[in-house]
Amino acid sequence: MISIQEYRFAESLDEALQLLDASRKNRVIGGGMWLRLGHASVKTAIDLSRLGLDRIEATEDEIAIGAMATLREVETAPCLRELFGGVLAESVSPIVGVQFRNMATVGASVYSRYGFSDLLTALLALDARVELRRAGTMALEDFLKNPPEKRDILTSVRVRRDGRRAAYRTFRRSATDFGVLNVCASISPEGDWRLSVGARPARAARCLEAEALLAAGDAAGAAKTASEKLRYGSNLRGSAEYRRALAEVLTLRCWDALKEGKA
Amino acid sequence: MKLNFELNGRKLEREIAPDETLLHLLRACGMHSVRGGCDTSNCGVCTVWVDDRPVLSCGYLAARVEGRRVTTLEGARAEAGELMNCLAAEGADQCGYCSPGFIMCALAMFRELGDPSDEEMRRYLAGNLCRCTGYESQMRALAKCAEGRRSK
Amino acid sequence: MTREELKVVNQARAKTDALAIMGGAPVYTGDLVPDGALIVKLKRSPHAFARVKNVDVSQALAVPGVVCALGWRDVPRHRHSFAGASYPGNNPFDRVILDEYARYVGDPVAIVAAETEAAAEKALRLIRVEYEVLEPVLDFEAAEAGPSVVHPEDDYVYQMDIGGDLAHNVLMSERDEGGDFEAVYASCPVRLDETWYTQAAQQSMMETFRTFSYYDHAGRLTLVSSTQITFHARRLVAMALGLPQSKVRVIKPRVGGGFGAKQSMVTEVYAAVVTYLTGRPAYIQFTRRESSACANTRHAFRVRVRLGATEDGIVRTLWVDSLENAGAYGEHAANVVGLSGHKTLPLYGKTEAWRYTGKVVYTNTTPGGAYRGFGATQGCFAVENTVNKLAERLGIDPCELRLRNLPEVGKPMPAYYDEPLTSCSLDRCIATGRRMIGWDEKYASAPFSRQVGPHRFRGLGMAITMQGSGISNIDNCTVTIRLDDGGFYTLSIGASDIGTGCDTILAQMAAEVLECDVDRIIVSGVDTSYSPYDKGSYASSTTYVTGNATVMAARELLSKMRAVAAERLGVKAEDVEFDGMNFSCGEKRLTLTELGVESVNGHAEWLTASASFAGHTSPPPFVAGFAEVEVDTETGAVKVLDLVGVVDCGTVVNRALARVQAEGGFLQGMGMALIEDVRTLPSGRLATDSFMQYKIPSRLEAPGVRIAFEESWEPTGPFGAKSIGEVVINTPSPAIISAIRNAVGADIHSLPATAEKVYMALQTARDGNN
Repeated sequence: MISIQEYRFAESLDEALQLLDASRKNRVIGGGMWLRLGHASVKTAIDLSRLGLDRIEATEDEIAIGAMATLREVETAPCLRELFGGVLAESVSPIVGVQFRNMATVGASVYSRYGFSDLLTALLALDARVELRRAGTMALEDFLKNPPEKRDILTSVRVRRDGRRAAYRTFRRSATDFGVLNVCASISPEGDWRLSVGARPARAARCLEAEALLAAGDAAGAAKTASEKLRYGSNLRGSAEYRRALAEVLTLRCWDALKEGKA
Repeated sequence: MKLNFELNGRKLEREIAPDETLLHLLRACGMHSVRGGCDTSNCGVCTVWVDDRPVLSCGYLAARVEGRRVTTLEGARAEAGELMNCLAAEGADQCGYCSPGFIMCALAMFRELGDPSDEEMRRYLAGNLCRCTGYESQMRALAKCAEGRRSK
Repeated sequence: MTREELKVVNQARAKTDALAIMGGAPVYTGDLVPDGALIVKLKRSPHAFARVKNVDVSQALAVPGVVCALGWRDVPRHRHSFAGASYPGNNPFDRVILDEYARYVGDPVAIVAAETEAAAEKALRLIRVEYEVLEPVLDFEAAEAGPSVVHPEDDYVYQMDIGGDLAHNVLMSERDEGGDFEAVYASCPVRLDETWYTQAAQQSMMETFRTFSYYDHAGRLTLVSSTQITFHARRLVAMALGLPQSKVRVIKPRVGGGFGAKQSMVTEVYAAVVTYLTGRPAYIQFTRRESSACANTRHAFRVRVRLGATEDGIVRTLWVDSLENAGAYGEHAANVVGLSGHKTLPLYGKTEAWRYTGKVVYTNTTPGGAYRGFGATQGCFAVENTVNKLAERLGIDPCELRLRNLPEVGKPMPAYYDEPLTSCSLDRCIATGRRMIGWDEKYASAPFSRQVGPHRFRGLGMAITMQGSGISNIDNCTVTIRLDDGGFYTLSIGASDIGTGCDTILAQMAAEVLECDVDRIIVSGVDTSYSPYDKGSYASSTTYVTGNATVMAARELLSKMRAVAAERLGVKAEDVEFDGMNFSCGEKRLTLTELGVESVNGHAEWLTASASFAGHTSPPPFVAGFAEVEVDTETGAVKVLDLVGVVDCGTVVNRALARVQAEGGFLQGMGMALIEDVRTLPSGRLATDSFMQYKIPSRLEAPGVRIAFEESWEPTGPFGAKSIGEVVINTPSPAIISAIRNAVGADIHSLPATAEKVYMALQTARDGNN
């Protein structure tokens, strides 16, 4: 169990950032899902739940998902069910259970850059950006590769409404487990493909070579490339070899879904 | 630190530790229906409602319910009565330890989905593990309860 | 009596405690902890094997609120066992409360008790333990060759000779046989020799282990514990502390599941020793991680099966050779292994020779213990899969092959201690299950024959199994029943209801005899100070063994009541009629309540009866289990489409509870077959030590288990009943693994059949073909 000396509801983002900067031992609390797993000693826990960061807003150009929106809110938001073939809702729906998704937040899922994250895999295949209080807005892909050195507060995730269709496939050993491998593919009306592979078990990454092959209509080649060019590792849920095989299968399944127009 | 919240319709002020879990607080308040199961937010045994939404009290910091409404099975007995009778008739309680958390999630499900299908119920309740029953008796009880609700 | 005459037994009845346990009444151990109880925590070894040179608790004791901190030199040292089993038995005394050796990652090395959980946690971190790290024994198949001796202590106690060789880590070895295996095997035209592995599955009951202790009004060290073995726990705690049993008392409140895990002591001694040394109430509650990694699991097995048969599928000989991993301590290990043979071999009733050999080895891994099925599950997986492979080889339908080999009612079962088979409807179970799953329409013998998609194939598998009903000639159960002056009954039992509903079904049996409904019977228990002796709830015994005692006691009470009523009415006892409420003879009438009043006002004796039952046989219940799976050859994923179980438990005592028992057992069996993976790190640490890493089936994988009963009538059972608790877990793993082989030819020999394992097996087969 994490120990906490002080609990503060931040009254403003500036205050939250100030608190965060005041000590290395101060931490922003998201959903609190892993509280009982670690043994960290936290001086001040910073709660962002009073800052109105839980909204999911759709404008003509983009969807803005507040950092404190829960995974369940992502799952049930009407605007997200329709957009991108519903992949954002689909990607979070198998995560543990409704109670868990009522607590886990988008901000914590993204900021923590978890390898197993279903949501990150899906977001990465879309044109998503993260909005950070200090560092400003940056592409999710950049954030995953090179996060700002200074600790920051993620306020929202923004996804451009570029008319993409997307398909999400996850392979799980049992329904409520983490994914052994997650794959998301999307195609824009202009024919621009994106392919992201997560739970490798390292965090989600795009495979540009495979995207090019998808655009050229070579699905088999793309799937093979995704399984060969990205790095895969072994953990309790699967070996690197098995993950490579899954990457190929799931990439093809995403392709099939998008080709058949099902997603 | 001081905490003001509403528990089962009663306003309470309690002194809590900043890292106290809601599970711990509720048990200290005498809510014996709230039980711990897994410590890792995986089993659903500790389910209660915060502002009518089911959450896992073992992973929820008590400090966060400041100003909010918390409901445990003790505060939802009337609403739970029919489901509990259906569960008992099926023998779906078995050891009973996971039952309150399951009932709280099931009641939230009926509120949220109205008249869900078997598939929708299984998805909504996937986070409530039960080792005794194999779930089928719970599903039969839910179906009977839903039938009773429809005929009202 | 026939089943048609039953009014209360054989019906569905809600559990008598249903609304309390579901509604949140304070009835479980954790709800009853007295204010001011010390919180007990354990410091655990990070090493799989080490000598504990020194435990420095000085800094821990300085933490405000810490009341005691104990290393192995600070606690009583009396060798005992954690295993709840009747005695004298063959569980070695291989434990002390804290030992000089830490024998697995997580073995306790210090005990802390403090006023608050936070203080106890802090104290744990401040205890300094000096270890001499030893080389652990992690591979059970190589344990006999070292590299270390897991139990080097010189005060280890065997209760009896069980063929152990501690210098080679052999806890026990045994052999049992009939006929000349070698000769028959050599003469068989069809021979199979197959080796199978089962994993150390975790019982995973929702309520983790917990106990609190205090001194009662009479100065007895009293434990309130989540246990299946109330009376054994009293004896074992007394033994561990060196106290007379009269100074220890154990109370079992409502229990949140056990599945065998609580047939061993787990938390009891740690609370007890704190109360014993400090005089203070003390409470210990295991975290899920401790429950998973530091308690007990199913014993992992390697089972080699040699089978000789005729061309038309008559099994002429079988040899079950089992190697069992005890883990670090020997709870139940020596008993579990035998069931792998004795509960599998008798199912093949035409064998001319049979042999069972078993060996149990110690390793530096989480201790094994009792888990539903208790060795029969492991044996069933191996034997039934081998028999299915025989059917495949001969091109005979596996159902037909079983029917050709069934044991006959009325004949003795040589591999089952020569007990006669007194009831069996396995033929009907097979027929019904076959019909339910659509076997005859769907079964095709070759792999890849039932393709339902570009890379999806379906297959069928089945298995049969038996268990026992109690342990013959050693397990004793007693009940006492009395008439209370309000005209109701109190049934005192020592059997430990752990959620299974035994309080309810025993009340049903008493109610059947006494011609009333269950709500007129209060079931009381378990408190070793007030309850009659019962060995506890395990070995599928409560329905049969305690049930028989209940029926005997209720009948005796009825006869006593009739005699007193006759006397009061001035008529002969045989002329008195009883309808459950009234004793009558012609116009004369005495109500039950009036009789109750008479029994306490000095006009008649107080009406009570006790009966003990210890079975001389253990009549087996049977199950025929069927599975249909769909395998995705691209990923190896296996989906169970249908899981059917047909059960012969004799008379079904409670139609609702028996069905739920069976459904739950089948899903646990499915979890073992496909999902419940046990992974150990190179250090010996169990990696699958939480519900995050050790997944049990959720309702999304549950295939909608379908259960039917084919009741037989067991002449020695209460109202014809046999057991049900364990037998229902055995068939899913062989049925599912055989169904996978039937679907795609992947021949999986170790559990669970994860998608990756199936995928790799298919790849290997493909590579072999190329």
